[in-house]
Amino acid sequence: MNTLRIEPADDSPQVILDKENNIFEISGKSLPENVVEFYRPVMDWLQEYRKDPNPKTGLTLKLIYFNTASSKMILDILMVLEEMAEAGHEVVVRWMSLKSDEDMQEAGKEYEEMVDVPFEHLTYEM
Amino acid sequence: MESGRKEQPMTYPGDNKGFINYLYDRYRDLSMKEICIVFEGQITHQVMKVLTGLMEEQLEGMNEKRVLRRVYHVMVESLQNINRHAETFEDEGGPCPSRGLVLVTRNENHYQITTGNIIGNSNIEEISMFLGRLNNMEPDALDELYRKQMRDGVMSAKGGAGLGFIDIRRKTGNPLDYDFLPVDGDSSFFIFTATIPRKQS
Repeated sequence: MNTLRIEPADDSPQVILDKENNIFEISGKSLPENVVEFYRPVMDWLQEYRKDPNPKTGLTLKLIYFNTASSKMILDILMVLEEMAEAGHEVVVRWMSLKSDEDMQEAGKEYEEMVDVPFEHLTYEM
Repeated sequence: MESGRKEQPMTYPGDNKGFINYLYDRYRDLSMKEICIVFEGQITHQVMKVLTGLMEEQLEGMNEKRVLRRVYHVMVESLQNINRHAETFEDEGGPCPSRGLVLVTRNENHYQITTGNIIGNSNIEEISMFLGRLNNMEPDALDELYRKQMRDGVMSAKGGAGLGFIDIRRKTGNPLDYDFLPVDGDSSFFIFTATIPRKQS
């Protein structure tokens, strides 16, 4: 399966979805002009990956900022992971927030309540 | 705000006086305190990025990080609202899409983000009912509504998820202030103000 790599921009995150090396990461800022268009390749990739995933999938979400439209896309991504978990695959979300960013930490907890996927909440400093 | 120009009549943006008069008319009795940003014009995605970037730059090094992140977020959401929903009107130069005004002010107690844009009168009822409903909701109910809309909402053709106002209301903790000033038989000037307290909530 091909690796999906999207370079970061000032309004969109870096995306690395690499089955071979077992790296799944979305990081940076997310407020693109068209969220559906931006996240479509991500969703397509995950829908394909879901059919034959690695034994353990850890998705790292290390976001500095996301707007409300992106929040819906993030939920859509997490729901694909939830389907994988329901199908018996091992899945974990690593939610990484800046130590000073309480709102981002709370957002991670909110998602954790919304989907049936185990979360690890991690903080880091700049 | 220009305090020297008293009793300036409200004017339609089509006659080149601009939207600022609408705000002036509404706020002339209030002390605006310190203005951080004021902008009037077409709110493209690029303009949104520049204005929020300016705000970020001003806020750098200040130690009320949580408040400032919320100011940034409310600016992004309000400007994207104008970008997607402002009614296009005609002036001498042709059609003006996504035209709006943004004003960010602060005093010792809070930051305020005010936006203004033209909307069709047929949208007034829906917007005012929705904002009125949000203002009457408790924090838990707002969280629940946000989650429900995130789960069940459908992305609009304009790229919105119907989440902006809900999130502004729940993140600011303050009632949303809004008004509709009549422009003509078809359209009104929609003024929206979000207030972000500087004390930690």
